[in-house]
Amino acid sequence: MSEMIKVNIDGIEVEVESGATVLSACEKAGVKVPVLCHHPDLNVAGVCRVCMVEIEGMGNLQASCAYPVTQPLTVKTKTNRVRKARRMNLDLVLAEHYGDCYTCPRNGNCELRTLADEYGVDKFKFPHVDKPRYAKDTKSFSIIRDQDKCIHCKRCIRTCIDMQKVNVYETANKGHDVEIQVALNKSIADVVCINCGQCVNRCPTGALWTQDVSDQVWEDIENPDLFVIMQTAPSPRAAIGEEFGYPPGTRVTKKLNAAMRRAGFDKVLDTNFAADLTIMEEGTELLERLHKVIVKKDKSVKIPMFTSCSPGWVKFIEHYYPDHLDHLSTCKSPQQMYGAVIKTYYAEKIGIDPSKIRTVALMPCSAKKYECNRPEMNASGYRDVDYGLTTREMAMMLKEAGLHLADMPTEEFDPVLGEGSGAGMIFGATGGVMEAAIRTVYELVTGRPVPFERLNITPVRGMEAIKEASLKLEKVKKEYKWLEGVELKIAVAHGTANAKILMDKLVDGTLDYHFIEVMACPGGCLGGGGQPIPTTPEIRKARANAIYQEDEEIEIRKSHENPLIQKLYKEFLGKPGSHKSHELLHTHYTKRGQYFVKD
Amino acid sequence: MECRDGNLVSFVEGTVEKYGKGRENLLPVLREVNEEFGFVSGAAFIEISRVMDISIGEIHGVASFYSFINEEDRGKYVIRLCKTISCDMAGKEKIEKTFERELGIKFGESTKDGLFALDYANCMGLCDKAPAMLVNSQLYDSLTPESVLDIISECRRKI
Amino acid sequence: MVKAKEKRIITGKFTPGSGIKAALAGKPEEVVQEVIDSGLRGKGGAGFPAGLKWRFAANEKSDMKTIICNADEGEPGTFKDKYLLDNHPMKVLEGMAIAGYAIGADKGIIYLRGEYAYMLPSLEKNIEDIKKNVFSKLKVGKKKFEFDIKVRLGAGAYVCGEEFALIESLNGNRGEPRNKPPFPIQKGYLEKPTLVNNVETFATVSHIIEKGALWFGKFGTKSSKGTKLFSISGDVKYPGVYEFELGVKLRDVLELVGAENTKSVQVGGFSGINVTESSFDKTLAHGDLPAGGSIIVFNKDRDMLKVLKNILEFFEEESCGQCTPCREGAYQLLKGIKMIEKGEKSIRYYKDLCDLCATMKDSAKCGLGLSIPSPFLSITNNFKDEILYR
Ligand SMILES: Cc1cc2nc3c(=O)[nH]c(=O)nc-3n(C[C@H](O)[C@H](O)[C@H](O)COP(=O)(O)O)c2cc1C
Ligand code: SF4
Ligand code: SF4
Ligand code: SF4
Ligand code: SF4
Ligand code: FES
Ligand code: FES
Repeated sequence: MSEMIKVNIDGIEVEVESGATVLSACEKAGVKVPVLCHHPDLNVAGVCRVCMVEIEGMGNLQASCAYPVTQPLTVKTKTNRVRKARRMNLDLVLAEHYGDCYTCPRNGNCELRTLADEYGVDKFKFPHVDKPRYAKDTKSFSIIRDQDKCIHCKRCIRTCIDMQKVNVYETANKGHDVEIQVALNKSIADVVCINCGQCVNRCPTGALWTQDVSDQVWEDIENPDLFVIMQTAPSPRAAIGEEFGYPPGTRVTKKLNAAMRRAGFDKVLDTNFAADLTIMEEGTELLERLHKVIVKKDKSVKIPMFTSCSPGWVKFIEHYYPDHLDHLSTCKSPQQMYGAVIKTYYAEKIGIDPSKIRTVALMPCSAKKYECNRPEMNASGYRDVDYGLTTREMAMMLKEAGLHLADMPTEEFDPVLGEGSGAGMIFGATGGVMEAAIRTVYELVTGRPVPFERLNITPVRGMEAIKEASLKLEKVKKEYKWLEGVELKIAVAHGTANAKILMDKLVDGTLDYHFIEVMACPGGCLGGGGQPIPTTPEIRKARANAIYQEDEEIEIRKSHENPLIQKLYKEFLGKPGSHKSHELLHTHYTKRGQYFVKD
Repeated sequence: MECRDGNLVSFVEGTVEKYGKGRENLLPVLREVNEEFGFVSGAAFIEISRVMDISIGEIHGVASFYSFINEEDRGKYVIRLCKTISCDMAGKEKIEKTFERELGIKFGESTKDGLFALDYANCMGLCDKAPAMLVNSQLYDSLTPESVLDIISECRRKI
Repeated sequence: MVKAKEKRIITGKFTPGSGIKAALAGKPEEVVQEVIDSGLRGKGGAGFPAGLKWRFAANEKSDMKTIICNADEGEPGTFKDKYLLDNHPMKVLEGMAIAGYAIGADKGIIYLRGEYAYMLPSLEKNIEDIKKNVFSKLKVGKKKFEFDIKVRLGAGAYVCGEEFALIESLNGNRGEPRNKPPFPIQKGYLEKPTLVNNVETFATVSHIIEKGALWFGKFGTKSSKGTKLFSISGDVKYPGVYEFELGVKLRDVLELVGAENTKSVQVGGFSGINVTESSFDKTLAHGDLPAGGSIIVFNKDRDMLKVLKNILEFFEEESCGQCTPCREGAYQLLKGIKMIEKGEKSIRYYKDLCDLCATMKDSAKCGLGLSIPSPFLSITNNFKDEILYR
């Protein structure tokens, strides 16, 4: 550990590690400093200049977010000089910002507006932008940009470059003409954006948002001819409480079920069920691939196999590693598997014409919006999933309908395809898909449960950038003799910057694993781009805890033991990897350009 | 004077080869492409991105930062008249008018024949010999309306 | 009356090789000490003691260090570095090599502003010459002395004269200044220790090392040693580059260059201050009038509102645009002054603009934004009637 250094903040002594910022020292001292460009997930920018503080011995004020502590410091954060400078810089930001708060998606949860409130802004000090100057970019299925709201904090740039290594944005021009643009000023729909929405989650203002489909959903709900089915992913239920004032990590699954029914959804189903289905298919695919590679020495079959349930990740590899798409599992994501099954098997079960069914997916994710609109996603003969709703949009719908979670009773999911196992639940956290898959694959191969206490495969849990583990397969069942003694090597990455590290090794030929889970978003889906704002490292941890707790409380914790899954195979699909499964539950991928979308 | 139809791909590859692939060579590469083709086109951004393995956004962000990198074909002769104070005081306005009347365009525009573009620039270090201007990368100082007309004629002759 | 006299050192005679030879005769620490003892201040505007910076750079441990010669010279009214590179390039190159020896760097880069691209061929030839005729014949102990210099061109961005913006530009990024610390001597070009000095600083060093700190200390004032080049333009009969001892009186300079009916003088370029008659007896030296090197003279016929707008337009365009007080502040100063001019704002608004200046001066990220208030406040103060109450 590096050296600890004393910092005096307004008379309060704290110690921080050498190199830590003055801002972090302030946090430690319990002193709140306003920020606009700083974000706990991102590298330092130091451009908004609202976090100014006085440091003894320095001529000018200093940006606390950018000033590293390398020697003892005395810091003042509340002097008039500091207050005036912060307020003035805020006034300047407000002057260059088109602030029509009523019509802004961030009204109510806007960092800029909150600061204006906290700093008692009661008038525009300077002539300000009072007419929109840009056309909104609404072409993408997922991400909307409204440059009139941009305050040039560069959080989106740092997110997309440093966290995601996608590089969609740029700072263009200089001087007062500076703009934060999509590369070459294109529409975000026409570039390599993977729709992860991480930039949306970090933007302090309404300049970035997701394509909101709630109006269409309301219309379909009201249409008496349509039967609207909701499927909800694991992560939203661990986070939507935040939108209703619950502390991060509060589980509201059953209240959410009730609220959604009251909002008018005809059925409320659990995507965890489809996650179990994914495990059955993906686990089988893994074993098939291993068999072909190990026993048949089939060079055309690719190992390691990568998971494919994160549509952001899928688009990332399509853009940046189009020659390695064979490594992606052909399994659709749970959302899409579910859509296909709902409009076939489930429609028949409940006796409703699939053309009358609308499926809505409540997801933590903005990329799911793009995914459900991919042209190939119509295995059922219809659009398998009609709408992807983010956690935020769902919260807004419920608020609009006057449905507050605190007032809701607890209700279960609807039956038939209703429930998922704990294995499906943990899909929401980084490492969860891997853990779920291993719980099933290990048992399929050896006939015994995974050798971990309470089935918790801890090596793949947690927020480490890249996690690795290996598991020796011993005393295997007869039909898996060829796997006897094999050391199953696995890895887990979250955030596409981390995935890129693995992919570059793959390209070099130095990637030595059998199975790799990748989630495009930091922390996995629980940190998805459609989740409540803010999302920070602490909040991600709290959501992860909620997810793992819920897993432990569910009776069935292995996908293959979910009786509904067994029933689905028996009555409809046959067995995992069957012809029917392939038709409905598997997909193919598209080689895309590295620069722009070709359409 | 400038070759406009050179083979973009081989030019970019050659230039990157000359300087090296490292990010630190981006500005020299942009400058050379700009010099060779008169501007850096969308296609050129893609080529540079491909060869240097830097994202398009970052390259364009850099290019748009620098006044001398053109993003469109402004004309064979891009004239940048200094508008900073010493030149302004030394008769920039006369020079401005001479250009606008002779070429029939305003500053910020290009002539239809694609020969000339009029732009402003900031101080170019010739304040003691003001007014001054750049024609592409060539400096001219102590401008008078007469010398400006000569320079325009000279440019026209060179095509 | 004593007229200002030019004192030709930096623009005077020099025997190529004499500086670097003298340097190699001593230890690197001794060279650094000599520069410290000379009291030389950087000539790029900020006036930071050069020797101190060299010592910091020498103390950094790294497998690679770089010497950068800042030839971006973009401050309006400045053209003395151009003069030096045109007329005395060898001194500059030699100064860079001396710095390299002193701090342990074997590579140098000249960041030459794009406007000076015409110099490139001659400069590159000079580099070849000095390497062949001077450096290759020198030895450090038993080893051959090696110092490589290359020239990199800017492309039209004033802010790239700021040392970190310059380094970012060399690194292939937008020329946006960085937060300090860490400083360039810790983390600069290619994230390695980097020493940035002005063209004139390097040229001066060649003389100091040749003739010694004691000799150099004989010129100038107590806190501003030596001589300095001044670029003089505007309403004067004899514009051009002059070399004076530091501590010279502004009035004497004005007289020498043929300034008549002078209304005010912009000293230190746009980022400097505007002074009128009452300050003409001040001296150009550290602690008195900014000795940045640019002197722009305005005579009685000049409209100072027009001058002010010209200056603010420059900053509004040339700000790198990353930080709020500078990007939006410069724009609002210009807009505000225009609104007052048109009667769209009360004179009362001027006070808001002064408050804005206080914040810019206190919270901008780099020297550019920090200094915009200087011309604004000094010009509006000097010419209230002409600007505010007209
Ligand atoms: C906006 C701005 C522009 C600058 N332009 C130059 C320049 O053109 N040349 C220069 O030598 N220094 C310039 N400087 C100062 C440099 O940041 C740096 O202090 C200098 O190069 C150090 O050299 P010196 O110590 O030898 O003066 C500028 C600073 C700022 C803030
Ligand atoms: S971004 Fe914030 S301040 Fe701006 S319009 Fe939206 S809510 Fe209002
Ligand atoms: S959605 Fe993701 S990929 Fe797209 S711009 Fe935002 S951060 Fe980049
Ligand atoms: S779009 Fe949002 S995150 Fe990006 S710079 Fe603008 S305000 Fe900041
Ligand atoms: S003060 Fe101006 S030039 Fe300096 S970093 Fe800020 S915006 Fe850029
Ligand atoms: S939060 Fe520190 S400068 Fe923006
Ligand atoms: S003001 Fe025009 S060259 Fe300096």
